[in-house]
Amino acid sequence: MSQTHSTHEPAAPRRAIPDRLGTPVSRVLASWEVLLFGVAVVIFIANSLASPYFLDAWNLSDATFNFTEKAMIAFAMALLIIAGEIDLSVAAIIALASTAMGAAAQIGVGTPGLVLIGIGTGLACGAFNGMLVSVLKLPSIVVTIGTMSLFRGISYIVLGDKAYGGYPDGFAYFGQGYLVWVFSFEFGLFLLTAAVFAVLLHATNFGRQVFVIGNNEFAARFSGVPVERVKFILFLLTGLMSGIAAVCLTSRLGSTRPSIAQGWELEVVTMVVLGGVSILGGAGTIAGVVIAAFVMGLVTFGLGLLNVPGIVMSIFVGLLLIVTIALPIVARRIKQASRS
Amino acid sequence: MTKLLKSRELLLSGIIILMIAGFATRAEGFAEPGNLANIFNDTSILIMLALAQMTVILTKSIDLSVAANLAFTGMAVAMTNAAFPDLPLVALIVMALGIGAFLGSINGFLVWVLQIPPIVVTLGTLTIYRGMAFVLSGGSWVNAHQMTPTFLNVPRTVLLGLPVLSWVAILVVIGMGFLLTRTPFGRSAYASGGNPVAAVYAGIDIGRTRFFAFVLSGAMAGLCSYLWVSRYAVAYVDIANGFELDSVAACVIGGISIAGGIGSVAGALLGSLFLGVIKNALPVIGISPFAQMAISGIVIILAVVFNARAEAKKGRIILRDRASAEVTA
Repeated sequence: MSQTHSTHEPAAPRRAIPDRLGTPVSRVLASWEVLLFGVAVVIFIANSLASPYFLDAWNLSDATFNFTEKAMIAFAMALLIIAGEIDLSVAAIIALASTAMGAAAQIGVGTPGLVLIGIGTGLACGAFNGMLVSVLKLPSIVVTIGTMSLFRGISYIVLGDKAYGGYPDGFAYFGQGYLVWVFSFEFGLFLLTAAVFAVLLHATNFGRQVFVIGNNEFAARFSGVPVERVKFILFLLTGLMSGIAAVCLTSRLGSTRPSIAQGWELEVVTMVVLGGVSILGGAGTIAGVVIAAFVMGLVTFGLGLLNVPGIVMSIFVGLLLIVTIALPIVARRIKQASRS
Repeated sequence: MTKLLKSRELLLSGIIILMIAGFATRAEGFAEPGNLANIFNDTSILIMLALAQMTVILTKSIDLSVAANLAFTGMAVAMTNAAFPDLPLVALIVMALGIGAFLGSINGFLVWVLQIPPIVVTLGTLTIYRGMAFVLSGGSWVNAHQMTPTFLNVPRTVLLGLPVLSWVAILVVIGMGFLLTRTPFGRSAYASGGNPVAAVYAGIDIGRTRFFAFVLSGAMAGLCSYLWVSRYAVAYVDIANGFELDSVAACVIGGISIAGGIGSVAGALLGSLFLGVIKNALPVIGISPFAQMAISGIVIILAVVFNARAEAKKGRIILRDRASAEVTA
């Protein structure tokens, strides 16, 4: 990834530089997050009009499971993409971590041990990716296509066409438990990780370094940013979040197959890009990713209530991705054309 | 540069020959011409898709929607064949090429005119095209008995010792070799990926070159869709699921730089054959087919490490090396 945009293309500048900035209010109103929030509200209203079952506290609570696990990974992925890298192996890490937990459960490891094994596997996979990218300086997009096959491939070697089940009773809490009333443990964890990552990205030195690397890795190096170390930590974080997501998903499903979480890497990337994070790196917010998670969750849940099959929903997700990115570009073009 | 590429492809050929020889000691008859021809035939579709993928990668883009395009077009062709058995095969193939090229041109349009990054565009169209295959078929399958005998038999007809499918792949390899090294489009593809700034100064329209690379990739997916459906005698929504990554993997193994501008037809061909030989050897030497995924993962990672070392020898990175040396000093 970093190689792809280290040379500057003579294309039009990514953003036109205005003569003066608008007022703070107009800038906030024009921001991606507000636009996306508007989309979320429209989808929410459309859903409640389309189905009488939508506005029900328990139904809405169920809907959150559509996105909480993916969103937890998306927060870490957002940082990674802002820094100009990508990790396509996240879903495969879930498969491997889940397989490791399943194998441990078969020999009678208790709930705390299983959680540690799941998170540990995630960290180990993240460290492996991080090492390949930051120590051997390989392009992350190909490396993680390779590790994606490798991690899930190990699951297939271990499990073949079989499945692991028989998790201890206490283990079910992470994916099926509720904190208070309709608020699930997963939803709580989603809010907590969102807050942690928002602080990490927007209020710490580390977060600034992530932005600097994504905007100009070359300049970052000259400014004394430890580029390799930051990238390694980002891959480690993505592995960690994939491990946590694996714990939640395995607990929720109560079983492990090697095909678990198949195709999630694309949904996670979609969520991040939809959240306004530039796929070229250097720009993005956690708030955007949070709203994007809600948008995707609402769309899939609303369509589900209307009995739309899952694969047709994916058409909407794909369209949502392309249209939300294309619309501002088209709008800017029209604006420029009418001015000249 | 040419010397380096040549030695690289020689090396890869050497590895493939060694692999075949090694497998032959474990499984009798593995290295016999008949079996090798079978492996080539089995790898034909991957070779064609890898060549199309390579053209896109050369221009500093990536097409993740090829397999979804193949699934949709294959479904459309199979359903047309089932509904109108009297339609000549040529019409169906033209239709497959047309639909494939059209889907590819949508990718190309979004990349060229709206300048959305290719990985985002094709990530989106990947889910859209496969979803459309479901909408088109309603989730049902088109089975062998619904297809006409001509539709099923042409790719497996043996001509001069090889099935037509293999011959199509050979023609595509030759055609792509000509297109990439002997035509303005081919040279533009290399230039717009190798050094976009210089390409623009040389009067090359990068966006247009990318557009045509995507159209080519789509048309190839269309052609392969007919071959795939006919070869496996079935069409359903999930055919070729994940095959887009196989095509990228074949390119990476073949030494095509994911950063664009570097790669050869021979490399993509050898990269595909490498994967094809492994895929065909595993069951023969008694390794569970479930191990195939992990093995191709390891192969991809090793190939990337190897590529990075080969590319580091180029002059272009001298500046960056010096810069990073100064930083550490």
